[in-house]
Amino acid sequence: MRISFQSVYTAFNALRRNLMRTFLTMLGIVIGIAAVITMMEIGNGAAKQIAEKISNMGSNILMVFPYAIEKAGVSTGAGTGVTLTSEDCEAIIRECPSVRSATPVVRGTDIQIVYGNKNWSPQRVESGSEMYFDVNEWTVSDGEPFSARDVAVSACVCVIGKTVADELFGDESPVGSQVRLNNVIFTVCGVLSPKGANLMGMDQNDNIVIPWTTMRNRLSRSGGTASTSSVSTEYSRGDVYSLSEVELYPARDASQTENYLMPIRFNNINAISASAVSADAIESATSEIAELLRLRHRIKSGAEDDFEIRDMSELLSTLTSTTELMTGLLLVVALISLVVGGVGIMNIMLVSVTERTREIGLRMAVGARSSDILVQFLVESLILCLLGGIFGILCGRAASEIISSVNGWPVSPSFFAVVLSALVSASIGIVFGFYPAWRASRLNPIDALHYE
Amino acid sequence: MNVIELKNITKTYHLGGGEEVPVLRGVTCSVERGKVVALMGASGSGKSTLMNILGFLDDPSGGEYFLDGQDVTHLTSSERADIRGSRIGFVFQNFNLLPRTSALHNVMMPLEYRRSACDRKAAKLYACELLERLGLGDRMNHHPSQLSGGQQQRVAIARALVNRPSILFADEPTGNLDSVTTVEILEMFRRLNREDGITIVLVTHDEEVCGYADRTIHIRDGLVMDGGFSESKGVQ
Repeated sequence: MRISFQSVYTAFNALRRNLMRTFLTMLGIVIGIAAVITMMEIGNGAAKQIAEKISNMGSNILMVFPYAIEKAGVSTGAGTGVTLTSEDCEAIIRECPSVRSATPVVRGTDIQIVYGNKNWSPQRVESGSEMYFDVNEWTVSDGEPFSARDVAVSACVCVIGKTVADELFGDESPVGSQVRLNNVIFTVCGVLSPKGANLMGMDQNDNIVIPWTTMRNRLSRSGGTASTSSVSTEYSRGDVYSLSEVELYPARDASQTENYLMPIRFNNINAISASAVSADAIESATSEIAELLRLRHRIKSGAEDDFEIRDMSELLSTLTSTTELMTGLLLVVALISLVVGGVGIMNIMLVSVTERTREIGLRMAVGARSSDILVQFLVESLILCLLGGIFGILCGRAASEIISSVNGWPVSPSFFAVVLSALVSASIGIVFGFYPAWRASRLNPIDALHYE
Repeated sequence: MNVIELKNITKTYHLGGGEEVPVLRGVTCSVERGKVVALMGASGSGKSTLMNILGFLDDPSGGEYFLDGQDVTHLTSSERADIRGSRIGFVFQNFNLLPRTSALHNVMMPLEYRRSACDRKAAKLYACELLERLGLGDRMNHHPSQLSGGQQQRVAIARALVNRPSILFADEPTGNLDSVTTVEILEMFRRLNREDGITIVLVTHDEEVCGYADRTIHIRDGLVMDGGFSESKGVQ
């Protein structure tokens, strides 16, 4: 069996002779492929959006904790060691390519927030650098997030969650208002966009975010004794000591730096919260962070880590299974529409074989072998499917663009879908074209010639 | 020399239920090179079956068939297809032209199945030349529906000749034509025979057609009458 230029030429001529039938046959495949492309693109868009939504819930987040301290046989629990520093965090941002952003975390005490004659105890008081919002993929809907400068000067600014804002301020905008957090005066600089409940059912909007330095220097350490410091209401420490001259930590000389890698008492943090560039990059981010921290903490090879890295594996597996489910669903629907298109091709090709029985007989009479007829009909259906596939891809692209612009659905063009449907349309051509072609090639030339 | 020799050719059709219908019951005849031979018989006499066997469209049930002295009784379907494509040409009663295809492309159609390498340009020139010779030089790009019956049959003859066969089989070539065109076509056959030396086998039930043949083989009830040697006067 040979597929030569000649058979392609013959097939093209045959198809050209009956343009209407060719067009109608192709229509089945065009619709099939267009459906596949459109569905794949819309599905991909949906899957991407779902993945985005899930990663909004924090699936990309890695938490780095110090190791657990054991004193006289009593473990004090995870995260009690003091080995992580904010410099570790900066190094992670600087040196780990799989990490998009990272923020130090300092744990806070229970805090009561007071505004005017109202008070509220938010479920969570969180702290971080200016990267907190990026790490947690959280935006500020009203006002602005605190800045790197606010973090550097331990400024008394806070970003409050929607629930807190509603409880204390009602309809009025909280931005710029002054509130008291455990008797320290803070300025509200922004309100977080609402996020709803988290996986555990906790209201994620019921929180306050402040710079980690502020948490460390002004809230968690001073604790209840901070009341006297509330005199410094109108100016923060940053205004008193100019930032450019004052170091966050006491200066160390060369030998100190050499001997004590970590100025433990001054800038240890409770944890580092880092976000990987994508869900797929979590593994590489984990190993990069581990390697970097081992290097920075001068841990001998073979010795145990003095830190612990955790990821949101539950969320991740949800993400993976959701994506897989989506892909599977789309594939099934796509396959069904392709089979329908393929059966359409087979029908029309069978009709065409019957209709052209005399022609087949004639071709046999002038020297065509059975295999020539087989190849000719196969090539015909192959051409039909390939052309149909090309038009289908174009139509599908157009359709998904239209749908996305009309409905506002997210659409993501998929090169894979294009390649897949090209391959599928070719194999449909062969698979569903084979039976009619075989039927044609089995015809007896005498009967075919005298077929009415 | 005989270009075709049949020895005791039989053909039996097997119908369902074990019923057997003998159509040819031992045909022995020969066709000389460069002659015009008419195969004549009433319908049902088996002349079409004989024609199919002669034209390698069908296998005989028994007997021997020699083409140019070569035993071609038992061939595979591909071998028969190759002989049909290279050594013989067919002209049919109902022309069997491809619809919506120009006369020139119709003539060139058999070239699509040529085994040997062929120069498309030369083949096209030859096809044009054939159409020219058959008086269709100005009709090359017409579709069959735009041609008269006689013109269509001439296109079909050109098609049969495009592979330069040595034998031309014509199955009731004038059956669908009026008397004037019939004469025209038959004259054409004679001319081709005279000019190119092509052996022509005409299947017909028309006495007038036999008049154009060198010799007529009468078939009746699956047998050759007169021992297949009735010389007709012919139109010389």
